[in-house]
Amino acid sequence: MPADGTVDVMDSTLTPDLPSPRDSSRSGTALASRPPAVRLEGLTKSFGDVHAVRGLDLTIEPGEIVAFLGPNGAGKTTTIDMVLGLSRPTSGSVEVQGLTPHEAVARGHLSAVMQTGGLLRDLTVGETLQLVGSMFVDTRPVDEVLHRAGIAEIADRRVGSCSGGQQQRLRFAMALLPDPDLLILDEPTTGMDVEGRREFWAAIRADASRGRTVLFATHYLDEADAYADRIVVVRRGRVVADGTSAQIKAMASGRSVRATWPGADLAQLRAVPGADTTEQRGDTVHIHTTDSDAVARYLLTSTDARDLEIMSRGLEDAFIVLTSDEHSDDVVERTAR
Amino acid sequence: MSTPIVTASRRAVPPLGGLTTTLLRLELRRLLRNRRTVIFTLIMPPVFFLVFGTKTAYRSQSVGHGNVTAYVAVSMAVYGAMLACTAAGAVVSVERAQGWSRQLRLTPLRPVAYVVGKALVALVTGLASVVVVFVVAAFSHADMPAHVWVECGLLAWLGSLVFAAFGLFMGYLLPAENVMQILGPVLAVLAFAGGLFVPLDDGTLFATLAKLTPLYGLATLSRLPLTSDGNGWTALLNILVWGGLFTAGAAWRFRRDTARV
Repeated sequence: MPADGTVDVMDSTLTPDLPSPRDSSRSGTALASRPPAVRLEGLTKSFGDVHAVRGLDLTIEPGEIVAFLGPNGAGKTTTIDMVLGLSRPTSGSVEVQGLTPHEAVARGHLSAVMQTGGLLRDLTVGETLQLVGSMFVDTRPVDEVLHRAGIAEIADRRVGSCSGGQQQRLRFAMALLPDPDLLILDEPTTGMDVEGRREFWAAIRADASRGRTVLFATHYLDEADAYADRIVVVRRGRVVADGTSAQIKAMASGRSVRATWPGADLAQLRAVPGADTTEQRGDTVHIHTTDSDAVARYLLTSTDARDLEIMSRGLEDAFIVLTSDEHSDDVVERTAR
Repeated sequence: MSTPIVTASRRAVPPLGGLTTTLLRLELRRLLRNRRTVIFTLIMPPVFFLVFGTKTAYRSQSVGHGNVTAYVAVSMAVYGAMLACTAAGAVVSVERAQGWSRQLRLTPLRPVAYVVGKALVALVTGLASVVVVFVVAAFSHADMPAHVWVECGLLAWLGSLVFAAFGLFMGYLLPAENVMQILGPVLAVLAFAGGLFVPLDDGTLFATLAKLTPLYGLATLSRLPLTSDGNGWTALLNILVWGGLFTAGAAWRFRRDTARV
């Protein structure tokens, strides 16, 4: 990784040696001959004066697990609706497996787990799956998707009396019926408790190990970090960063230094080269810095500071840096190139 | 557990736009599971028949080729079939409210196949409603020739499809989750105006206006094989005009709905 913090992130999407253990389950299909799972070119969507998506380019190769990460209002759901054919782009093009979204859906190549709704309360879990399964030409057996989604034991329960997490796993089971090449999840764990989220992701993960392409939108950083091979950060309808979790973290370069220092002299501390921001909470000082060595050396040799800790920034910090409005546009240019 | 995912070949699009017998069976099951629908379409019409049509005097009073009991039976069959068809169409409001319509856009089911499915379900429940009333009537001294039973039943049944279009129109138009609660009273008023509960007194202003309401045509035409009087052409015109309006309304809202998302 370059030391200056700039990462030519787009390269990572084309690098064939990305860690992908799932390749083993693929039966030797020539990757080069297959169309990308998703190809978005110059995608825009405006609602009157509101420009929700403003020129988004994204290519997802078969087998990737991609997190679409961004704050609320970044254009994630609007983009996903266009990929699914639920809404039409104002300009630009969408291709799924080389087809239009409608064709991809009708032929069972593409399916999705939506955030809410989309279920009939007066059907049972099993009936819902029978119903949806009956519409496709090729489907997996209902029993199989029930097991894979981990809801076999509630097959006879009315949808209306299922918990939010169970309903979400039912949506997942429905999405598995056509055995899609591409599965899209739009903030799938919104409103779930911790246990529900964990179980849901365990089911998704077990499934993804079979070689399916997965694109999920989320504003939970830990989900993107834990489950995606690749993170695409969107802000204001554009891709602002694209790379592995480690690469995204590295973009918000620098570390934070924390120390106990009663009577801290912040003015003096700010004079230390590389100390970007300083903050005092009680007897503790926090310094964000691009040169943690210099700050630590200064603190330990020239002051009474003790209990010193140096931490690298997490994905959360990277996310805030990349998506905050103060984030300067030249950085956007640099990372999105 | 390692079923290979089909990627190389293009998969097929289902025939009939995704409409299957499984879909129809489960749709019917859902309707039967709705207690309100069952009460309104399968229980109330025969009960109304027993209340209004089984006075002893009615057995001997004749109307056309049968007795008054048979006349009331046909009226109640129309009432039941009309309610059943409206309910089958209006269910789209619930499905829209629950996001099911949107979910269906992520399946191969074509919007037209969806509407055809609703119409087929309306036909099945409408027939059930007619049969229930007629069976009860047959055991309650309703009397008319066999071919009149069949003709009245067929007219009541198939004519009620006009109200499936009405139900669809209202289901797409009204945002409420239970449109039938709104439509119930409206349909009751229309049933009075159509002369389903009490015969219209000819010559009154009410009767004249009533002839323009949508149930009048269906009721009059369905009773025609029994009564052999009245103007069948007026009734048919009434049905065609209202049927045309309801279908156009349903098609208009349907197009807006499928274009919107």
